[in-house]
Amino acid sequence: MSKFADNMIRKDAWTGLMMGNHALVRAMIESGVMVASAYPGSPTPEIAAAIEIIPEEQRPLHFEWSTNEKVATETAFGASINGHLSVVFFKSVGLNVALDSAVQLSMLDCTGGLVVIIGDDPGANSSQNEQDNRYTGRMMMMPIFEPGTPGETYSMFMEAAELSKKLKLPVLFRMTTHVCHARELIDFGAIPDYEYDWTPRFHAEGLEYWPITAAVFPLKRKAFAKLAAVEKHGLTSPSNRVFSPNGSEPVKGRRLGVITHSIPAYSVLECLDLSGSSIDVLKLGITFPLCEELVLNFLREHDEVFILEELDRIIEHEIKAMAFDNGITTKILARPDVEHLMHEFVPERVWELFSGFWPECFAPKPPRNAAVEDVSPRLAQMCPGCGHRSAFFAIRELIDEEFPTTITVADIGCHSLGSMKPYEMGSVLLCMGHSNGTAGGMAIGNDSRKVVCFIGDSTFFHAGLPGIINNILYDRNVTLVILENYTTAMTGHQPHAATGEIGDKIKIVDVLEALGVKFLRSVDAYMQDKLKDHMRDAMNHDGFGIVIAKHPCMLKFIRDKRKRAAATKDAQAVNR
Amino acid sequence: MKSYNIFMSGVGGQGIGLLGEVMIQSCLAAGYAVLGVDTHGLAQRGGVVVSHLRIGNREKLFTPRITPGEADLIISLERLEAYRAIVNYMRDGGTAIYYDAEQQPIHVRMGISNYPDTTDLEQAVADRHGKLERVYIDDLPDVRMQNTAVLGRIASFELVEGVTGDIIREQLLEISPGASREANLRVFEQASAARA
Repeated sequence: MSKFADNMIRKDAWTGLMMGNHALVRAMIESGVMVASAYPGSPTPEIAAAIEIIPEEQRPLHFEWSTNEKVATETAFGASINGHLSVVFFKSVGLNVALDSAVQLSMLDCTGGLVVIIGDDPGANSSQNEQDNRYTGRMMMMPIFEPGTPGETYSMFMEAAELSKKLKLPVLFRMTTHVCHARELIDFGAIPDYEYDWTPRFHAEGLEYWPITAAVFPLKRKAFAKLAAVEKHGLTSPSNRVFSPNGSEPVKGRRLGVITHSIPAYSVLECLDLSGSSIDVLKLGITFPLCEELVLNFLREHDEVFILEELDRIIEHEIKAMAFDNGITTKILARPDVEHLMHEFVPERVWELFSGFWPECFAPKPPRNAAVEDVSPRLAQMCPGCGHRSAFFAIRELIDEEFPTTITVADIGCHSLGSMKPYEMGSVLLCMGHSNGTAGGMAIGNDSRKVVCFIGDSTFFHAGLPGIINNILYDRNVTLVILENYTTAMTGHQPHAATGEIGDKIKIVDVLEALGVKFLRSVDAYMQDKLKDHMRDAMNHDGFGIVIAKHPCMLKFIRDKRKRAAATKDAQAVNR
Repeated sequence: MKSYNIFMSGVGGQGIGLLGEVMIQSCLAAGYAVLGVDTHGLAQRGGVVVSHLRIGNREKLFTPRITPGEADLIISLERLEAYRAIVNYMRDGGTAIYYDAEQQPIHVRMGISNYPDTTDLEQAVADRHGKLERVYIDDLPDVRMQNTAVLGRIASFELVEGVTGDIIREQLLEISPGASREANLRVFEQASAARA
């Protein structure tokens, strides 16, 4: 077993350098988590990697990849109402997929405890948007914990899991990209001697797990009562902290404060270290429900308070309403511009923002001597040998030669990169699995332009099937190209239903045949002439046609080959 | 002490991960508090990979990312990425050390952008009154050892007080995969000895 895996499950307390995503796994094990489920998506896949590196027979928790985020959420929920502490994790937009189920959970007693971990992505580092899931948490009536460092990730997860168990309430644990990937030295605790009891303890007296029509209201009332308990918890929670790094003296007769959260809180502290100004910082680790007493006390103790949040104006509006309702006259300052509602709040941006309000503390800095120099961008691109590249090249050629007005619809995956030069395949992109629905809509009443859409194999199962079934049912004039590379490539080669790594392969071609697809061809993506022939036939076919362009992900293929070679070498060394 | 900022960059697949790991562990072994973060959105697809490392006293380390224009040391595994890092991140009087590999991005291949040459880097460093160290090994046994070569050259200087060549070598041996350990050590020593 690797040293890393050894550390993850060692019983005694220890100190180690750890990434936020990995610290989370140690926290899960120390908290006694029994079930974890997930769907891969940046910035969260390293959470799974840290679990999977522990040999299965020594892994204290059950972990599985689910077909999509909704199934993953339901899996963790099911385990939780059986009495087992559970977690589910996925990326920011994964919560949209999970939402139909996730939005119900707070009304139901999650008896074992349930932590929903999301990797939000301010800055859209690896996502199609910057959506602020602190809104979603409010809609789901789930308390929101927001760590700002790997160390906080570790300690706050344990607090969140404990609270979730105690209140039988799911908790939203909101990581962000640079919390997930930051690294620092963390003091870990010991792992208690857990008796992992797998007895299915689900129990329902009546309709308490059946939230329909009139049955909704008692359940919703219960959720509100639990949230009130969380608000009270916030008053003494170590996750909500006041920092006064330079003392609390008035600045020019005004007592100044900042209310903030997550990484921006540390950006503020870095600015205060440079400035030396005496400004208090209330860092909220639990940002829903806001602890009113804590916030009001902080407002009352200051003459001017700046509310600095990353992305949307959420706590800003809530705090302003609280101040209004309580007749508080503290001057509340906030971000003035829509530009401030985008991107991450790194120290440089915080300084610039504050300098407009408190120039005596944050002297405006001249713009850095950034003579605009011609540095070529380096966009991500498909790897050498990638089958998608070959398929895009051939299809681009066919379209240019024979169907120049064709509309192409992209989907999520490595093949999204085909939208860029030189292939420019895929002009519309929404989210996982949208391509069939969008393409179907573009085919309505359209006799003049061909519509071609793409999807990958993991996405086929994740959210692709409903759109495909729709196109089969209406026999839309759409050509679907399934780019099958036998893995979930973009996020680091996780297995899916058709790879055979989880259970028996569910072959895509078998699924499509069973669905009664009338035009179905399959070809290796390297066979460009044959692929072009199939595509020409599919595009001339009146109705829905599917071409599977298959080729293994070469990155994975080469790595597996190297691993096999190394294993053979080791085996030979042992035999010698 | 004021925190010391090390900015590392390269192209996905070049082994910035190992380089960053050796550097962060070496700084830790030398007794510094460390705070780091890797940014690798689509790294495996030939995008830019960056690893930020800030060291110093724990109470003076707040956020893991280095503010542009504040890097004391830039370590890069590719010429364009070295150039980008110098232009954006080098502080006045900073140091840059890079492996002179050339990986043209699509914009250069398509004739939209220019690829920098060595004199562009020298000029950019001179503009910042900094120092530049180029690493290149003619007979490198494996392109995946460019990171090791750069570590070897770093080890020949004591760029960060206390982070000695011995500490870096020890951490490299600790971290590098078993099968390649000996080959890595040879490249490390070769690059270290080749210091101009």
